[in-house]
Amino acid sequence: MSWLKKLTSGLSKTSAKVTASLSSLLGRSAIDAASIEEVEDALIAADLGTRVAARLAEGVRRHKFDGEVTAPALAAALADGITEILDPVAMPLEIDPAKRPHVVLLVGVNGSGKTTTAGKLAQQWRQQGKSVMLAAGDTFRAAAIEQLLVWGERTGTEVVAGDQGGDAAALAYQAMERASAQGTDVLIIDTAGRLQNRSELMDELAKIVRVIRKLDDSAPHDSVIVLDGTVGQNAISQVSAFKEVADVSGLIVTKLDGSAKGGVVITLADTFGLPVHAVGVGEGADDLQPFEARDFANALAGVPDTGA
Amino acid sequence: MFDSLKDKLQDVFSALGKRGALRESDVDAALREVRLALLDADVALPVVKSFVATVREKAVGSDVLKSVRPDQQVIKIVNDALTEVLGSEPAPLNIAVNPPAVILMAGLQGSGKTTTAGKLALRLRTRERKKVMLASLDVTRPAAREQLRILGEQAEVGVLPEADRESPAQIAKRALQAAKLQGFDVLILDTAGRVTIDEGLMAELREVKALTNPHEVLLVADAMTGQDAVTTATAFNEAVDITGIVLTRLDGDARGGAALSMRQITGCPIKLVGVGEKQDALEEFDPARMAGRILDMGDVVALVEKAAENIEQEEAERLAKRMAKGQFDMNDFLSQLRQLQKMGGLGGIMGMLPGLGKMQKQIAAAGIDDSMIRRQEAIILSMTKKERSSVGLLNASRRKRIAAGSGTSVQEVNRVVKQYQEMAKMMKKLGGKSGASMMKALMGGGMGGMPGGMPGGMPGGMPGGTSGGGMSGLGGLGGGLPGNLPGGKGGLPGLPGGLPGLGGKPSGKKK
Repeated sequence: MSWLKKLTSGLSKTSAKVTASLSSLLGRSAIDAASIEEVEDALIAADLGTRVAARLAEGVRRHKFDGEVTAPALAAALADGITEILDPVAMPLEIDPAKRPHVVLLVGVNGSGKTTTAGKLAQQWRQQGKSVMLAAGDTFRAAAIEQLLVWGERTGTEVVAGDQGGDAAALAYQAMERASAQGTDVLIIDTAGRLQNRSELMDELAKIVRVIRKLDDSAPHDSVIVLDGTVGQNAISQVSAFKEVADVSGLIVTKLDGSAKGGVVITLADTFGLPVHAVGVGEGADDLQPFEARDFANALAGVPDTGA
Repeated sequence: MFDSLKDKLQDVFSALGKRGALRESDVDAALREVRLALLDADVALPVVKSFVATVREKAVGSDVLKSVRPDQQVIKIVNDALTEVLGSEPAPLNIAVNPPAVILMAGLQGSGKTTTAGKLALRLRTRERKKVMLASLDVTRPAAREQLRILGEQAEVGVLPEADRESPAQIAKRALQAAKLQGFDVLILDTAGRVTIDEGLMAELREVKALTNPHEVLLVADAMTGQDAVTTATAFNEAVDITGIVLTRLDGDARGGAALSMRQITGCPIKLVGVGEKQDALEEFDPARMAGRILDMGDVVALVEKAAENIEQEEAERLAKRMAKGQFDMNDFLSQLRQLQKMGGLGGIMGMLPGLGKMQKQIAAAGIDDSMIRRQEAIILSMTKKERSSVGLLNASRRKRIAAGSGTSVQEVNRVVKQYQEMAKMMKKLGGKSGASMMKALMGGGMGGMPGGMPGGMPGGMPGGTSGGGMSGLGGLGGGLPGNLPGGKGGLPGLPGGLPGLGGKPSGKKK
């Protein structure tokens, strides 16, 4: 199943909603304030937040339609507005072959899907013929290490693991040493979930980053925050806090195979301009897909899929 | 990032200096801000719309009280409505059943089901002294069962041993049997996280429910959830009829609008909240705190309390003014009785007044207690509006009707009328006089029925009048002293003049 199909099926509820709310505007040559509010509401219901929703709706209002306003034309205008925001941030993760290892650090709040994403990333790079190592840096949650070990087996990836309750920074250091000794292409470091307002836990994360830099001051080469696609406006606080502590360089949005719209990605792109590397659309090893701005925008705005 | 709602409302109303009823346009301006605040807190749009409509109805035309600013009043209305929607009744777990009580945990991936199952097991074992068994039906996520086993061991509760190649339904059956045979009080079933649009997984959940007939089906949801909360709550509720919600990660900084959305959509109470990583970090839900959090006003509680206080203060001042003019009808009498009750009844007031402690015994001996005040209140409430404003109307047949209506006797009605008349006479006499002379007049007798009278020399202003009028108005115990009613902030609301006749016993002047 193509990623777009999966995403579109997940987003179908949103699209239906957006289209439904827009249908009342059809057949008119101009759009009035009340109709614009409907567009805005539909966007808010997709987690875009009030500010960006208002701006996008205003963009639709200013849009010059040729003749009457039709459903596809309106959806297209909206999708254009969204694409404009997302296009600059749609960037897949690129492994720098000069780095051995290229270090990818995964951070985020509890339950956002870091461990699963670590497994999927390992799968993806293994398939590209790269050597990969996983580091089980979540030493807090019960059975998080076992969970990553299962992913290691599934993908044929070596996992560096310690004991539950151990020092995550020490484990990261150990993994860095082993990966450079073996000349591994990519080292993926999983970390424990932590709420961004818990300063003692954020300090721990800062320590992991410091320790990694002792061995390679350019690492982590990608510091990726993993965000749950069902999250609301709190995502802004999450990105901002993790950016400060762990120099977040990009994001991965998970669980977009559900009914959640993930519209907060647009708000995040608008606020931080950080690259969106990939989206998670299922629990399978292959369910991590590159983020495509135009496709995401079309799916959200309800533009019919005309692609091959 | 966001200005708090409080600041925004202050801006909205800063132009509105005058008093009177809240006008529609003012309310609408304020509610636009409320709407934005709720949306920024991730309350789902349909829920925001219906909530704002409800609040609008309550707010338009409501009187702006003198000592409350319009913004405070709107905040109070919004806050009260929010607290009410979030749940005014405690919602305990339904586990007092023929054991084992079965609790089914359901929710999206990563919402915190397994962690919550472990916390719940610990809570039930330690607080309710239940013998608890945990069983994981999660055959999807790697090491999920391992995770629950570890949590169960930490909580020192039973854990169903794992077996290979079982379906969730098979595990559920085995768990129920084991719990029955081994005499467990509670069986907690953890399930795999699932997206609501996955029909296969939702069907599996229905099957487990049908097999185990759970007493509680708890939807575990992340406090950080956005607009999808509505879809999630609706879908789970339709599939398995949830009985309650557990909100996790409330120790984060999310404003948690999802709580309101899910409560409203499902009608199910929020039973518990997760507030930390430790295993005992599971608490009962506090609607008032949640309301303040959603509105993003740390000090909302204090503010609302103050507003409420001001409202009472204002009522006290209104009464005092009327009394100063010698006006005093049954409504005023009723208002006094109520203020008295709010202040903790007779005992509460006596306890607060210095030197009156020992009088409490005498009062008790004279048969005056709070139930008497309640009876007096009932009598007045059984009067018509007209009767309350002109007591002269009360002929024998009316008195009989009032006695029947209030469940008292005609004698008791007569007594209330007599007390009222004495009070009214006093008010008339005192009207316009200065506080001091009123005090004197009062002390000279006529404390309608107060046994033993007041100890001499009750100072007019009450020594308790500290910190901006902490007990302001209590001086009124000696009589309606408008002069003693500073518009103080904080503390007790002013008790306007003349403790109403207090006694039901004939006004014996015995010591």
